[in-house]
Amino acid sequence: MSDTLRITGWVVLAALGIAAPFLISSGRWLEFIELTLFVAVLGQAWNILGGYGGQYSFGHAVFFGTGAYVQALLQFRFGFSPWLALPFAIASGAGVGAMIGYLSFRYGLRGSYFALITLAFAEAFRVLARSIVSVTEGGRGVSLPLNQDSGEVWTTLQFTFAEPFLRHAGYYYMILTVLILAYIAVWRMERSRFGAQLISVRENEDAAAALGVDAFRVKMKAICLSGMIAAAAGVYYVQKYLFVDPEIAYGPAKSVEALVAPIIGGLGTVIGPLLGAAFLHSIGEVAKEAIGALIGPRPGLDLILYGMILVLVLGYLPRGLAGLLDSAWRRLGGGR
Amino acid sequence: MAAFGRGALMLIVSDLTKRFGGLVAVDGASLRVDQGEIVSLIGPNGAGKTTLFALISGFLRPDAGAVRFEGQDILGRRPHQLAQTGLVRTFQIVRPFANLTVRENIATGAHTRIVPRREALEKADAVGQALGMGALLDRLAGDLPIAGRKRLEVARAVATGPKLLLLDEVMAGLNPSEIDEVTPMIRTIREGGVTVLLIEHVMRAVMTLSDRAYVLNSGAIIASGAPQAVVENPAVVEAYLGPGMAQRLKGTADA
Ligand SMILES: Nc1ncnc2c1ncn2[C@@H]1O[C@H](COP(=O)(O)OP(=O)(O)OP(=O)(O)O)[C@@H](O)[C@H]1O
Ligand SMILES: [Mg+2]
Repeated sequence: MSDTLRITGWVVLAALGIAAPFLISSGRWLEFIELTLFVAVLGQAWNILGGYGGQYSFGHAVFFGTGAYVQALLQFRFGFSPWLALPFAIASGAGVGAMIGYLSFRYGLRGSYFALITLAFAEAFRVLARSIVSVTEGGRGVSLPLNQDSGEVWTTLQFTFAEPFLRHAGYYYMILTVLILAYIAVWRMERSRFGAQLISVRENEDAAAALGVDAFRVKMKAICLSGMIAAAAGVYYVQKYLFVDPEIAYGPAKSVEALVAPIIGGLGTVIGPLLGAAFLHSIGEVAKEAIGALIGPRPGLDLILYGMILVLVLGYLPRGLAGLLDSAWRRLGGGR
Repeated sequence: MAAFGRGALMLIVSDLTKRFGGLVAVDGASLRVDQGEIVSLIGPNGAGKTTLFALISGFLRPDAGAVRFEGQDILGRRPHQLAQTGLVRTFQIVRPFANLTVRENIATGAHTRIVPRREALEKADAVGQALGMGALLDRLAGDLPIAGRKRLEVARAVATGPKLLLLDEVMAGLNPSEIDEVTPMIRTIREGGVTVLLIEHVMRAVMTLSDRAYVLNSGAIIASGAPQAVVENPAVVEAYLGPGMAQRLKGTADA
């Protein structure tokens, strides 16, 4: 597919995304899409490091959670405006990325070692968030006051008491904005020297080094960018739910979602995380309904389902759904 | 400055030594390469040739000795730094970026000196064409046959704009007609202003290509000079064929 065609596709998708709240009046359905976009953002964050850089993290919650906690605590403890907290929250994602990246990549940790290190960091942060009660409120979590003044909607970045349309779509547009910015960043990265070097490190680090690629630096850049985007997802989460606790922030659920979406959707492709998130959520929703109707609610079934889909995709679709689309396109005579 | 070759001093390796446990893979090896030369490094299997390349290019740290590149001590510099200053190696066991096209592979090399993506891709096309890979640019590197991969390994390195290129057995595994295609390719590279140090077992190529040759045996340089003189050197014959062979060969030749 040519770039022009791809751009056209993306513009259509973005237009649909922007139009969705006007077309969909059901709050439940818009919420469904909103959560899909949220996972698509987390997945894209993971995809930068894992899909393009070949560094598989099992603990991406560490970035999401830190972004969420910083966004929440700066408001809760110091009375920051959410707008002022935002850049700190995003920077914290980069900061945690730099720390983990330095400790891992400096010592040449790759593959399963890197995966374990990230898992350990997410777990350590969860324990810290639980135990440093004077800062984080511990296991109780941080609750932000709900703004009920419709005049303060934009200053508090809370849409619950906004006028009807914003109430319907405010948070949706918030995550859509994050998504569009993140996806444009990855699109541009893919067409830059940094992107080419990151991919070369994934393909073969020694060969990349022999061609003048500073693998350490490239991986550091990738993990910081990845951390920033995951932290932005954390900011969205806090503004929407006005709450964060150690489990939500650093528990394994977010780490798993972050990696399953791009692996199913197509590693190292811009659209992969979005496809994967949409596919997973649709299947998950259908399964929940079907199973719920058959045998009553069974929490945790979606995770089992994710696991099964993941195994199937890894076995039969090594390039994910994006690869499937690509071959279908070619078979239709679209060429390259 | 003593001038063996064509131009100024490019690379000086002095008394380089590398041990792997009890094994001395490189044992006090010294050599030099002048600007514009094609120099061959030959020697039996396991002689330490690839290890010597890895030491020069920063992939391994020597236990003793020194390496100077364009007059600068480069010991301890990382491979990517050396590549950026113009000292680039290829790998005997090729390492293509298998999921990328040939063009994208070569462009990664081009990015060493070129930031914009479009220009790097253009440079990749130009290098690919010049080195006879024009028809393969859109193929996935992982799908190439061995001859194509060997060629790609070289093209990617050339695209970085090196001053000195270390080629490790780019002809191994090729059939005679493929070898005949690689020989002019290496000449083309030299004509582009690149100095070449190459490891090769294919003697025909060594003889026709190189200005000078070094022979490495058990980690030590045992002979050097014009290629013809080097292969006739009794010490070299014995290194390849075993002790006493030089004498016996001489005997049969005299008989
Ligand atoms: N990383 C390593 N660890 C231990 N021993 C090694 C290592 N690399 C090489 N060797 C040993 O060092 C010696 C020299 O190996 P090297 O690969 O440099 O030889 P070579 O001259 O390139 O041989 P060939 O012509 O077969 O490529 C061999 O005995 C080899 O087994
Ligand atoms: Mg070798």
